Amino acid sequence: MSKIEVTPGMFSQVELKPSLKASIVMAVAGLIVLLGFGVFGKPGDITYVWSDKREFVQLPSYVVNSMLFCTIIGVILLALAGLAFMLNRRSKVTPMWLIIIFGFLAIMALLGWLATGASQGVQMVFILSNTLVLAIPLILGGMAGIMSERVGVVNIAIEGQLLTGAFVSSVVGTTTGNLYIGMIAAMIAAGLLSMILASLAIKYLVDQVIIGVLLNVLVIGVTNFLHSAWVDKDRQHLNFPGTFDKIAIPFLSDIPVVGQVLFNNRITVYLMFIIVPVLWYVLFKTKLGLRARSVGEHPLAADTVGINVAKTRFWWVTIGGMIAGLGGAALTIGNVGSFGREMSGGQGFIALAVVILGRWQPIYVMLSALLFGFTIILRVWANQVSPGVPFDFIVMVPYLVTLVAVAGFAGKVRAPAASGQPYVKG
Amino acid sequence: MKLELRNITKKFGTLVANDNISLVLKPGEIHSLLGENGAGKSTLMNVLYGLLQPDSGEILLDDKAVKFNGPGDAMAAGIGMVHQHFMLIPVFTVAENVVLGHEPTSKLGALDVGAARKLVLEISDRFGFQIDPDAKIQDLPVGAQQRVEIIKALARNAKILVLDEPTAVLTPQETDELMEIMRGLAKSGTSIIFITHKLREVQQVADSITVIRQGKVVASPSPKASASELASLMVGREVDLDVKRKPAKLGGESLVIQDLTVLDDRNHQMVDGVSFKVQDGEVLAIAGVQGNGQTELAEAILGIRKVHSGSIVVSNKDVTKSTVREVLEAGLGYIPEDRKKDGLVGDFSIAENLMLDGSFTKPFAKGIQIDFPKRDEIAEDLIERFDIRTPSAETLAKQLSGGNQQKVVVARELGRDLKVLVASQPTRGVDVGSIEFIHEQIIAARDAGKAVLIISTELDEVLALADRIAVMYRGKIVGIVDAKTSREKLGKMMAGIAA
Repeated sequence: MSKIEVTPGMFSQVELKPSLKASIVMAVAGLIVLLGFGVFGKPGDITYVWSDKREFVQLPSYVVNSMLFCTIIGVILLALAGLAFMLNRRSKVTPMWLIIIFGFLAIMALLGWLATGASQGVQMVFILSNTLVLAIPLILGGMAGIMSERVGVVNIAIEGQLLTGAFVSSVVGTTTGNLYIGMIAAMIAAGLLSMILASLAIKYLVDQVIIGVLLNVLVIGVTNFLHSAWVDKDRQHLNFPGTFDKIAIPFLSDIPVVGQVLFNNRITVYLMFIIVPVLWYVLFKTKLGLRARSVGEHPLAADTVGINVAKTRFWWVTIGGMIAGLGGAALTIGNVGSFGREMSGGQGFIALAVVILGRWQPIYVMLSALLFGFTIILRVWANQVSPGVPFDFIVMVPYLVTLVAVAGFAGKVRAPAASGQPYVKG
Repeated sequence: MKLELRNITKKFGTLVANDNISLVLKPGEIHSLLGENGAGKSTLMNVLYGLLQPDSGEILLDDKAVKFNGPGDAMAAGIGMVHQHFMLIPVFTVAENVVLGHEPTSKLGALDVGAARKLVLEISDRFGFQIDPDAKIQDLPVGAQQRVEIIKALARNAKILVLDEPTAVLTPQETDELMEIMRGLAKSGTSIIFITHKLREVQQVADSITVIRQGKVVASPSPKASASELASLMVGREVDLDVKRKPAKLGGESLVIQDLTVLDDRNHQMVDGVSFKVQDGEVLAIAGVQGNGQTELAEAILGIRKVHSGSIVVSNKDVTKSTVREVLEAGLGYIPEDRKKDGLVGDFSIAENLMLDGSFTKPFAKGIQIDFPKRDEIAEDLIERFDIRTPSAETLAKQLSGGNQQKVVVARELGRDLKVLVASQPTRGVDVGSIEFIHEQIIAARDAGKAVLIISTELDEVLALADRIAVMYRGKIVGIVDAKTSREKLGKMMAGIAA
């Protein structure tokens, strides 16, 4: 039998220079830090506080001169931008480690500049742990997005699932007096909502985006109505669940900085720690995940090897919805302690963006969600330490960081091929 | 394993796709299912594979009646299918595709990639396929993808293999290799159903033949039957696929392509420094196996794909950077390779489809309005001239048969005053009657002094139409040769061996 050539890539590939987007954005950010925060920055000192006063091991605080520190960081950032530019010119894509180092340094400079002269300094533990707590709904919403888009169903209804989870956990948690029952009820309620999405999309082939939008509007309407017509009339007995107790993991929570940020949290945070890696493992390392991804890429091919497309889609969307419900519970009994009107405030939509930024991959999606969680806490914190700074500017900066990250990813982003497409047999 | 289909009937609404079809497949036999596009072959096989449920009739395996509720059942019973459109997931590796649906697992439910790889290598070695189990499908050439499909079926211990139009995407050499593989499989006891409409292949490899026409079994001729016998059984009348033509009367060079390079979406050089000229009054046919850059070439000429370098001149006007509308106004007519995707709007009426490329100008537009009486008048005229079989001009395009849909596209393009016609796969998925008609129209355009560029993967079509043949391989023109060049030589050129 004759030989058959199977060399990958039959056609020669033209090496286009990678886009200079990333290095240009980095250079601009570097200039802002160098000039804005450094050379023409604020005189005074920055105190980086690394330990909470309650902590067992106390790390010393670092005090640096603001203008000098930001000037040095600015120079380093420009050097990194230059390095990225050189790599781009040599047809290399901006490496991930470079973007991460750049992002970290830029954020430290921003925090320092904001807190220059402020007595409380830059409270790293406060900022990081709040970033984590505030990112939980986004992360879990993002996991719901991954689970449905990976099997080919566009889930616009994450917002509604979060809101459902928030409402149900609060009300059930208060009435039963048991927050765990509240949490489970939130997951069931959001799961049921997802079942509506799943069955309309899969069985009745209704346009997925339209159902998603309608479900969101429905949930906002229903929760608003129930809130003002019922729950708000007797808050003490219906909407006053409080929050889960924080659980400090023995030994681990004693590690400086990391311990306080990661290992002294509520159950919702720990569940996230479990859900994200488990989802990653299931998606990419098990047959369950292989089958799910095949359904999202090429449902007909999956069908012809005996995989039940409708069933796979239904259960992945539903379980995803339950995880989003848990994210909703994290808003109320995992953080604030009661339900407020429309308290998800668009986080379900940000979760959609986070899914794209994280390339439909659980770990990356978690990291992207943390970036957005950071923007939320930054707004609050910056207002405290530095009331004079233009609010809009602070809100903008983290998105610039996001832009750098997206530019680094550029060209690699690809959605599951059959996402949003109904599958009809025959 | 012995397979028997007994009195299978499958209806879609009023259309009877399979009408009381029976056939018997003996163990180790290559049984050819011959029929035109739309004759009901694929429907029958989807019934066998459990993708469709028959309205009546039964399937027997080794004389025992079986019922398949889905492909899973059919596979478990030992039936494997290589679909015409491959059922492979482009972003998965070969090994992942092969084991999908029956994955080996190790501890913790993890996918056992090692076992999957071994399975692929074992089968691949047994039949000399030379497939890298870790290659991603999207990086493999079509011929290799087809072997992956065969491995996929064999990995499930298929005793009966259904090959649905397997040669449509292959070079003549690859086709011969596939025939070898089929004989080898049959010798090792696998029964094969070989679906095709290509007579030469049937004569080459089949042990027995069933001919299907309009959903019915019309004959079971001997494999020794002549090609013209088989053709008239398949079509139901005498067929004459030789197009009558006058000697070419050559005029000016209306289509000049110079050093053209075109990239695909992943920056592959799908068209790589291609140059050729087409003169008025001649047909230049681009032959080659699908996926060697023909699609990108056609798209670049029309202007829907960006030109990386080089130039395109249509009747003395440089259109390299022109918009589609400018290219059309320069006198280019374009028949796309996929009429459903690029040629027609399925939910528009025939009259609307016939004015798609002229909606902004006379005779269809009157100021900012559509001139409806004029549109209908032109539609009626084109339906008449191009023999479009339709109840009315208001019928939706998607309700027509493939052949009539294609005639709508041809009518629209040839209905205008053209200088150059570019036709990509002008008769793909079209019945023989329509093929004859469309070929006549193309030759009529040539005789009327238009420059015609045909892009076709069907060597028969190339030989029927061309005055000169350019063979394309991996984005390059291997050579431009006379139309009298032998099939064997063209086949070699299609595999990249220069003339």
